[in-house]
Amino acid sequence: MEVILIFTLALLLAWPLGHYMTGVFSAGPHWSDKVFMPLENGIFKLLGVTPTQGMNWKSYGIAFLISNLVLGIIAYLILLFQHVLPLNPNGIEGLSWDLALHTAVSFLTNTNQQHYSGQAQLTYLSQGFLIVTLQFVTPAMALAVCVAILRGILGGRNADDAAEGEERDLGNYYQDTVRAVLRLMLPLAAVVAVALSSQGVPASYSASPTVPVLEQGQSLSEQSLSEQTIPLGPVSAMVAIKQLGTNGGGWFGPNSSNPQENPTPVSNAIQTIALVLVPMAVVFMAGGMVRRRGFTLLSLSVMAFLSLLFIALAVYSEQQPNAAFTGLAQQAGNMEGKEVRFGTDVSALWATFTTQTSNGSVNAMHDSLNPLAGLVTRSGMLINGIWGGIGCGFVNFLVYVWLAVFIAGLMIGRTPEFFGRKLEKREISWLGVLLVLPSAVILTFTAITVAFPSLTGNSNPGLHGIAQVFYEYTSAFANNGSGFEGLGDNTPWWNLTCVVVLILGRYLPLVIPLLIAGSLAKKRRVPTTAGTLPLFNPTFAVTLVTVILVVNFLSFLPSMVLGPIGEALELSQQSAVVAGQ
Amino acid sequence: MSIIQPGFSQNPAESSANLRPALGLALVMLAICGGIYSAAVTAISGALFPQQANGSLISQNGKLVGSALVAQPFSAEHYFHGRPSSVGTDPMATGGSNLAPSNPQLRQRVAQTSAELTARYQVAATDLPVDLLASSGSGVDPHISPTAAMLQLQRVAAARGISPAQLEQLVQQHTELAQWGLFGQSRVNVLLLNLALDAQHPLP
Repeated sequence: MEVILIFTLALLLAWPLGHYMTGVFSAGPHWSDKVFMPLENGIFKLLGVTPTQGMNWKSYGIAFLISNLVLGIIAYLILLFQHVLPLNPNGIEGLSWDLALHTAVSFLTNTNQQHYSGQAQLTYLSQGFLIVTLQFVTPAMALAVCVAILRGILGGRNADDAAEGEERDLGNYYQDTVRAVLRLMLPLAAVVAVALSSQGVPASYSASPTVPVLEQGQSLSEQSLSEQTIPLGPVSAMVAIKQLGTNGGGWFGPNSSNPQENPTPVSNAIQTIALVLVPMAVVFMAGGMVRRRGFTLLSLSVMAFLSLLFIALAVYSEQQPNAAFTGLAQQAGNMEGKEVRFGTDVSALWATFTTQTSNGSVNAMHDSLNPLAGLVTRSGMLINGIWGGIGCGFVNFLVYVWLAVFIAGLMIGRTPEFFGRKLEKREISWLGVLLVLPSAVILTFTAITVAFPSLTGNSNPGLHGIAQVFYEYTSAFANNGSGFEGLGDNTPWWNLTCVVVLILGRYLPLVIPLLIAGSLAKKRRVPTTAGTLPLFNPTFAVTLVTVILVVNFLSFLPSMVLGPIGEALELSQQSAVVAGQ
Repeated sequence: MSIIQPGFSQNPAESSANLRPALGLALVMLAICGGIYSAAVTAISGALFPQQANGSLISQNGKLVGSALVAQPFSAEHYFHGRPSSVGTDPMATGGSNLAPSNPQLRQRVAQTSAELTARYQVAATDLPVDLLASSGSGVDPHISPTAAMLQLQRVAAARGISPAQLEQLVQQHTELAQWGLFGQSRVNVLLLNLALDAQHPLP
């Protein structure tokens, strides 16, 4: 019930938001110009850019890459020298060079994979200034690329007067990025942050108070403490954007399972909706940008179908008892690593959404999920296009659409076309690269790491150990950032290999589709005939679902068998033994 | 690097031409998102919701006694007990056990807790509420399920020298139902319940 309510609320809110985003990114005036234009023009003057000047796909891509490089260098330097920079009242040390590099790249790629431990290793400057900024800017940058690709589908902004083969105007990268931050992310984050504070998420610069605990002199428990320090800080500001920007890096170690980061069921509902809101809105925006309602309908039905399917599996999975509790407690849902105020259902919902959207925040510990839900979380990250990260998720989805168009074209024996433009050898070759990239990267690094046990740093033995390694690289490549927290991952090996995986998983899946869109945009439009493959009907939707599932099934079945599937079999064997005793 | 210049754009795409906008973008965003946004949102939240924005602290007679959001450790007979914590109920080092269902360590830990609880409450293991054996995600989960509170009723009532019926009323008063009738599970905040217990039924 609660699960369906939250899902429906998110969809209902994403609809008008997507409409607003279409207006913001379309050429022509929009009512939001009145509010934001003066500030934006000031910023453009400072940057020395003319916002109306268009860019072709290459200029756009280069601007995207260079602005990332510059931002990355600044982030790296701040993290490396945080101990000598201001805003460090607690005397926190600098990060090692490899940890600083991993942290910088992780937040730059909108991943928020954390190899440092909680807030203890970052200064207020690093946490409150740098990371919050990256959490705003990186989704905006990916959204800009997505918007440019969507413009390319209709032949660019100069489609009406450009000749065949002429370079196309995909928009201005700086204008798109600045607008995405100012007109979309900032207002949303401000509303969500204040709403979260009303539920009890701290928003304070005061010192953390120390309180004596009620029951003093406990000798029974060796772990007991006589006083508690209640941590404070500008927490709600960060939590709002980490949810909205498909970021995931929270204030506290256990993220949104922490009662101070996610205090009530209502704050949990707000955060769950915030998690999928913008990725869902992008689907509504996409139909508006290409002026085809059918495109939104197709994307929405395919994504909602797969999303709900995985949610149902995860909810069912967590309603089953944890195998370790068989015979030792009531037959009830798996509560290990979960909070009483949420229960199993909305924890499973969050786990599914957070891995589908490349967010990576958690409200329950993924290491302790039952194996089926573990399978669901990994599937979400591997597909990486059901809602998906802001911008990049829809781009991944578009890649699946192109693949499905190509395969369907082969099946009916026609040159595949997309919006009247032919997909030819050049585009298909690049699609091929995108197709093999995830399995090549994730499986290679998993294989190397597992081959040398000294590298892994596992907290769990056996098949779950392999699953942990696979999860870490999958999470890095999908720019998700959730992790099986038990992994001892702050080592040069983990930091550096993850940096490579993060970069490959972020930039190639954004730049290659930009190239394809740029190349498609230049082509002559073929008129629609009776022989044209219709995209916006149930037959193509089913083809698309099949392509998405089959591609990932073929790439990752063996590693799934070694991971969660093998684990589930092991567990059912164990419980059979226990039950038979 | 030579780039084909599109006819509509005079914007040179060379790396050097992108340096100023890229650097400017980074610095402007640091100021707006890192500086202005955080400070403004924190100030507004603090002004509108001073109690919630400052850690939901509870004071009694002018003294701080805890936060309504953070569990405290309880082990005495005359108090209700919370959920197991993997971090010693320390709000500065929160976290879960991160043990997989297949991990023998988890089975071992649950078996030990199960044995302790069956001995203490004289009930069959299969009647123990799961939340009293499973460690929470944060390690400072302030709540237990109403079933878990009812299990402890007899023990606490005996230690306080009051009737279980009196105590049951207090537990029911402190049972929070789904928020707005829609969201979340029924639950009992252990610290708030124990504070009320001390106030209404002080130890003899």
